[in-house]
Amino acid sequence: MRDDRPAGTGVLIVTLFLAALLEVIPLPDAVNWVRPEWMLLVLVYWVLTLPRRVGVLWGFFVGLYMDVLTGTTLGQWGLGFSLGAFIMLLAYKRMRVFTVLQQCAVIFLLVGSVSLLAYLVQEAGGRTLYPPYTILYSSLASAIVWRPVCALLRWVQLRFIVR
Amino acid sequence: MSAPANPLYRLVAALILSIIVMVLDQRTPWAAPVRYFLGALTAPVHYIAHLPVDSGQWLTEQAQSRSSLLEENQRLQRKSLILEQKVQRLAVLEAENVRLRELLNSSADLDANVLVAEIIGLDADPNRQELVINKGAGSQVIKGQAVLDAQGLIGQVVEAGPLSSRVLLVTDASHAMSVQVNRNGVRAVLAGTGQAGGLRLLYVPDTADIEEGDLLVSTGLGQRYPRGYPVATITSVRHQSGAAFAEITARPTARIDRASHVLLVQRSPQPARQAEEVTDEG
Repeated sequence: MRDDRPAGTGVLIVTLFLAALLEVIPLPDAVNWVRPEWMLLVLVYWVLTLPRRVGVLWGFFVGLYMDVLTGTTLGQWGLGFSLGAFIMLLAYKRMRVFTVLQQCAVIFLLVGSVSLLAYLVQEAGGRTLYPPYTILYSSLASAIVWRPVCALLRWVQLRFIVR
Repeated sequence: MSAPANPLYRLVAALILSIIVMVLDQRTPWAAPVRYFLGALTAPVHYIAHLPVDSGQWLTEQAQSRSSLLEENQRLQRKSLILEQKVQRLAVLEAENVRLRELLNSSADLDANVLVAEIIGLDADPNRQELVINKGAGSQVIKGQAVLDAQGLIGQVVEAGPLSSRVLLVTDASHAMSVQVNRNGVRAVLAGTGQAGGLRLLYVPDTADIEEGDLLVSTGLGQRYPRGYPVATITSVRHQSGAAFAEITARPTARIDRASHVLLVQRSPQPARQAEEVTDEG
C-alpha cells in the first residue's frame, strides 16, 4: 500500500531557508545582476512535485518572507510568488512531460514575469533605478540553474522522504 | 495526485491580501508589526550568510605572527595617544562652545552616545543602496537613527527588526539630506544617485562658492541627522551656460564599501510631535 500522508514539511522549509541564504549571500556588484531567484526556484520545484500540498498560499507566505528579507515593500514578492505558484499549479502536468529545454524556457518566462511584477510594484513606489530589461539577466541565470536545482531537490526529496 | 479543488479562489485571496499589505506598508505604519515578526526569522539568515566572512577574519587573526601583532599594538597605541591629545583639547573647546551658545541664547548641542554594530549584509538588489547590521530593537536601535563609520556619515536606520536592522545609505537614489560646506557654511541638499560612492548636490546656484575638495558636513536641519558630522567631499563642479543650477558631484567620506563596523548615534528621545514631522524625510 502506498503511504500518502504528508511528511517532511520541516525539510521543505529548510530548503527554502537555504534558498534564502543564497538570496542574500554577499556578491560582487557585477555578479549581483545574474543572481538567480533561488527562493522562487525552490518554491516552483515543490509546487511541481507536491501540487496537493504546496500552492498559492505557500507562495504568498514565502514571498512575504522574501519581502522582509530583502527590505522591499511588503507584498511585492508576495504578489508575484502567489501568481507564480498558481501558474505552476495549472501547468504542473505539462511540465512533467516537457523536455529539459522546454522546462528551462518555462522557468525563464515565469521568473521573468514574476520579477517584472515586482519591478512594477517597485516602480510605483519610486524605488527603481535601472531599466526593466535588467530582469533578463537574473531570469536567464534562473533558467540555467533550474536543472541542477531540480536534481538536488529531487535527491533531498527522496533522501528525507518529503511528500 | 491532483491539484487542490480550486486554486483560483486562493489566488484571488492572495492577490487581494498582497495589495492590502502593500498599501498598508506604503501609506500607514500598521504593517510594521508584520515586518518586525518576520524580521526575527530573517535575521538568522543574514547572520549565517555572514559566517564565511567572520570565520575568515577569525582565521587571519589566529594566523597573525607575534611580531606583526606587536607592531600593530604599537601603532594603535601611538594613534590612541594622538587621539587622546586631540580629545583633551576637544573638552575645552566643547565647554567654550556651550558658553558661547549660552551667550547667544541658543540651545547647546548634546553629546551623543554611540553604539557599535557590525555590517552583516548588503542589499542584493542593485536598485537599492542598503545594508543590514547586527543590532536591532533589542539593542535600543530605533528607526531614523544616524549611522556613521570612523570617517563620516553612512546613512540612517529605516527598519529596526528584533535582531538586525536595515540601513539606508546616503548614496541611495531615494535619499536626500541637508548639508553645508565646512569652509563657508553654504547650505545645500545632498542627494544619492543610486551608484555606490555617487552623490550630487541639488539646486545649487551657479554663483555659489563651492569648490572641488570642499568638505560637506551635516547641518542637523530636518532633525534626523546630528549636526556637524562629515558626509562627503566635492569631486567635481561644472558650470553649464544656460543651466539654472551648477552640476556638482560628491563622494562620501565614509568608506561604505570597506567598512565592517559602524557606529549608531543614540539620541535623547525627541518629543512625539517632532518625530511625526520628520517621518517623511529621507
